[in-house]
Amino acid sequence: MFRQNPSRLTFALAAVLALSFSACKKKESTETSAASSSTILIGEVGSLTGSEATFGISTHNGIDLALKQINAAGGIGGKQVQVVTIDNQSKNDETALATSKLITQNHVVAVLGEVASSRSLVMAPIAQQNQVPMISPSSTNPKVTQVGDYIFRTSFIDPFQGEVMARFASENLKAKKLAILKDVKSDYSMGLSQFFIEQLKKSGGEIVIEQSYAAGDLDFKSQLTAIRAKSPDAIFVPGYYTEVGLVARQARELGMKMPLLGGDGWDSPKLYEIGGKAIENSYFSNHYSHEDQSPRVQEFVKNYKAAYGATPDGLAAMGFDAMMVLAEALKKTPDLDHKKLRDAIAATKDHPGVTGMLTLNSERNPIKPAVVLKVENNQSKFVATISPSAAPTK
Amino acid sequence: MKKSKSTPHLSVIHRFWFIPAIAAVAGIGYGLEAGLNAYAMSLLANTGISILLAISLNWVIGITGQFSLGHAGLMAVGAYTSALLSLRLAPALSLTGLTGFAESAVFSVNLLIAGLVAAFFGFLLGLPSLRLKGDYLAIVTLGFGEVIRVLFLNIDAFGGARGLPGIPNSTHFFDVFSWVLIAVLIFSRILNSPEGRALKAVREDPIAAQALGIELFQFKLKAFVLGAFFAGVAGGLYAHFLQYINPQGFDFNRSFEIMIMVVLGGMGSLTGSVVAATLLTILKEALRPLQEITHIDFRMILYSLALIILMLLRPQGLFGSKELSLTFLKRLGGKR
Repeated sequence: MFRQNPSRLTFALAAVLALSFSACKKKESTETSAASSSTILIGEVGSLTGSEATFGISTHNGIDLALKQINAAGGIGGKQVQVVTIDNQSKNDETALATSKLITQNHVVAVLGEVASSRSLVMAPIAQQNQVPMISPSSTNPKVTQVGDYIFRTSFIDPFQGEVMARFASENLKAKKLAILKDVKSDYSMGLSQFFIEQLKKSGGEIVIEQSYAAGDLDFKSQLTAIRAKSPDAIFVPGYYTEVGLVARQARELGMKMPLLGGDGWDSPKLYEIGGKAIENSYFSNHYSHEDQSPRVQEFVKNYKAAYGATPDGLAAMGFDAMMVLAEALKKTPDLDHKKLRDAIAATKDHPGVTGMLTLNSERNPIKPAVVLKVENNQSKFVATISPSAAPTK
Repeated sequence: MKKSKSTPHLSVIHRFWFIPAIAAVAGIGYGLEAGLNAYAMSLLANTGISILLAISLNWVIGITGQFSLGHAGLMAVGAYTSALLSLRLAPALSLTGLTGFAESAVFSVNLLIAGLVAAFFGFLLGLPSLRLKGDYLAIVTLGFGEVIRVLFLNIDAFGGARGLPGIPNSTHFFDVFSWVLIAVLIFSRILNSPEGRALKAVREDPIAAQALGIELFQFKLKAFVLGAFFAGVAGGLYAHFLQYINPQGFDFNRSFEIMIMVVLGGMGSLTGSVVAATLLTILKEALRPLQEITHIDFRMILYSLALIILMLLRPQGLFGSKELSLTFLKRLGGKR
């Protein structure tokens, strides 16, 4: 039946697909031309369109702002810096081609990207094989930097947040008895829980009960009832905003008043939509807060607002920091040798970033503080900055 | 109904032309690897994988007339099988860190297994669904593709949403194009055999075909399984090309992408699929500088525009159902 009229059907199909393709328009511009001796070329692979476009554009703006400031200050060693940006449409295959194009065609000295850990994992082997340093601004999966010694990141990794919240619970909230409600399906949630427990034991706290759920669950009452019986001081829920919102609602329905604690998986406007009043007075860790009163942050927020007319989110701040870390390293390597540049990035110590003082450890992950935010009136308010303990986190 | 009985020595050349062809692919591969940069090589590998996907889907849709939208699912099965073999089994057998011929040999076995597993899944999928026709079959296969993707998303041992990183970089020019050659060879040999004509009969008029004594279901299933095999091989090549896979890479958009290549090249023309897959893969990259100059991404607009214009002017696709280069190749072989 299909074969009888292939032309009309194929035409309709092609038209629909063509429309869906053209719907993915690109919003950001790219600055490039052939590499010249008076400029330093840096590559950026970003998700400027597609499913993670909001993350990608924030990051790109952050990088762009840093770039403008670097060039306004006279560039690096008298040379202007240029960033060649390639949009990967939030796709893995495009990422692979874009990365090898930047490295082999544009001859960039280093690559920046990606937001999503999955696409950073596509980029990393290519950068490593070509011995070109790569900095991921915001991929938190520990595996990314494990690819090789040319791969760096400027965001903290998942397990660190567990430690942060444990210290916040025992030091700031003075909580002694804690309950955990974790998502068994997510590495992220399991990692956070594990390091939360380890740190809490060190600080003299106690886990009174551990319960679990699977992402996509809607009913948490049986777990919450079990938790209620132990009457903990706070509940650690290291999940994503959808489940967290529901957990909060159901906990309040059961008359549980203790605060909930979580990680950056909570960071979404959806949290307030789903959680409503129930999520008030809960705390979660994040990479940065635009309310942080330190002059570095306030200056960044002011400049960003002037340039892009929006309050910078965590991804913008991390994009900015990644570019600045790279710029600092470039200043130390005037001959732009990849190996020397790699060593210079690896030696990054006490870099004054927007997301905090940043030092890269031997695993090429940063040691830097996290912020803790409190949910108040459908907004997150800055509460505290928690610096990492002396021992570098994994 | 053989076209003509050729003299014995000619028929030997005719039959085994793929041996010098594969040797040529190997030679070209090593030559290119030395002469071209990594970007060009990865573009070529990408093209080869697209060709493999397009011809294997065309085999199902164009030749056999079964409208399947589950190709990405079958590709995912191949990709995960192949990746897991490399990540879990190869270290246990201490088959890691190989280079050159040994690497290619091990990788070929790996891909063969990946293809067979995908073929098995194709068999399982085909068993109930190939009894359906047209739109219904399309929906069932689309569903299958999504089920596979969601399965991989939810099974921790397969990496879940975080995917499988650290897959060795084994996909080289030689591997890709020898498989493309094998696929083209097998498909074209079947196409010009009684079985091939039976498949076309199934496509053109199932009732008449059945009246002629062709087992409709059996033929459909065989063709589907063969298509699934090569989709699986392409998946394995893809996994070892990207060195990282996650379920997101195998959503229904992927099925549509392959479908576009098939439609553009002409349903029922293997040559068309090869040309369209090459054209589309290279076009997308060739238009990149345009984006860098104009600061606007015209790529997708031009790409869509090209598709619309082509479909208006040549609704049957670039090649319709004709096979240009095959007859040409044969004539070439015959003259020698």
